[in-house]
Amino acid sequence: MKGFHTMLVAVAVVGGGALWYATQRKPAPASTRTPERGAPPSVAAADGFRGFTVGSDSAAVEVVEYSDFECPFCASFATVQMPVIHEQLIAKGKVRWRYRDFPLPTHAYSRYAALAAHCAGEQGKFWEMHDQLFFRHDWAQTGKNPRSLFRDFAKGIGLDLDRYDACMDSQRYAGRIQASVEEGDRLGVNGTPTFFVNGRRFGGHPTSDAFTALVDSLTRQRKSKP
Amino acid sequence: MRRRQAIVLLALVGLLLALYLSLYKLGLIGTLQCGTGSCEYVQTSRYAEVLGMPVAFYGVVGYAVLFVVGMAGVQPRLVTDRRVTVLLAALSSLGLAFTLYLTYIELFVLHAVCRWCVVSAVIIAAIWALSMWGVRRTD
Repeated sequence: MKGFHTMLVAVAVVGGGALWYATQRKPAPASTRTPERGAPPSVAAADGFRGFTVGSDSAAVEVVEYSDFECPFCASFATVQMPVIHEQLIAKGKVRWRYRDFPLPTHAYSRYAALAAHCAGEQGKFWEMHDQLFFRHDWAQTGKNPRSLFRDFAKGIGLDLDRYDACMDSQRYAGRIQASVEEGDRLGVNGTPTFFVNGRRFGGHPTSDAFTALVDSLTRQRKSKP
Repeated sequence: MRRRQAIVLLALVGLLLALYLSLYKLGLIGTLQCGTGSCEYVQTSRYAEVLGMPVAFYGVVGYAVLFVVGMAGVQPRLVTDRRVTVLLAALSSLGLAFTLYLTYIELFVLHAVCRWCVVSAVIIAAIWALSMWGVRRTD
C-alpha cells in the first residue's frame, strides 16, 4: 500500500510539473508585442471593413468564410476545395467569396498571420498572401516564430517590404481582426472554418461539390421568383 | 486491490493528460507537443466540442470521477465492496463508449489522429479491461 501511495505521489508530481512547464513555455508571438512608441496608429476597428472579397459584385450568392490561417482544417479547405470552388463558382460569376478572420485563441501565430495577410491586402495582394500562408502551411506545425518566413512570403509575392514591415510592426490592422472575431462571436462562430451562405450558416461538410449544389439551388430559386 | 490501484494510477495519468489538453483549449499552452501527429487539427476541429464544451473537459471530469471512486475503492472499508467494482465498470464503459465515438470521428471523418487522444484511448481501454476483469471475478 505504501508503494502505491509513493507511486501516486510520484505520478502527480511529475505530471503536475510537466503541466506547469508547458504553461510557462507558451511562445509570445510578435503580434502580441506592444507597438513601439511613435509607430503609426492602428486602423480602428470601427472603420467598417467587411473583409477581403473575390468574385463578382453582382453574384447572386455571397459566401462568408470565417477562417484561421493556422488551422489545419482551414488549410486543407483552402488548398483542396477552394481551387475547385474558384474555378467552378467564383470565376463564373456565381459566387462572391468574403474572407473574415477568426483566429482561434489556442493558436500562437494566427493573429500574426492575419496581420501579414492584411498588410499584404494594403498593397492589393491579400489573396496572394492568403495562398502563401495556406499552401506553405509547414510554419503552422513547427511552433517557431514565423516572422522571417512571412517576410519571405511578402517578398515572394512582390510586396514593398518597407511598407510591409511598417504595417506589421505597428500592428496596423489588429483592430480590424479583433472586430472580425467579435462579429464571429456574435454570429455564434465557434470553430474554423465556418461558412455563411447568403447570411445563413452552412452546416454541411464543406466540399466544393456541396457548395456547388447549394449555389445552384439558390440561383435557381432566385431565377424562379417573379 | 491491485486492480483498483492500477485503475487509480491510470486514472491519474488520464486526468493529467486531459488537463494538458484542456489547458491548450483555454489558450494557456501555445502549441501542443505532438511530434508529427495531427493534435491541433483534431483539437481545433468542430468535433473537439460536444454540447458546447471542449471534449478535453469531459475527459477531466471523467478521469477525476474514476480517480475518486478508485481511491475510495482501495480504502480498507470498501476494498471488498462489490458496488465499487460495478460502479468502476459502469463509469469506464461510459468513458470507453465516448472514446470509441471520438476515435471513429478521428479515423473516418477528420482522417487525422491526435496522438494524445490515442494515449487517452489506451488508458481508458486499460481501465475498462481491469474493471471488467473485476466484475467477472466472483471471489
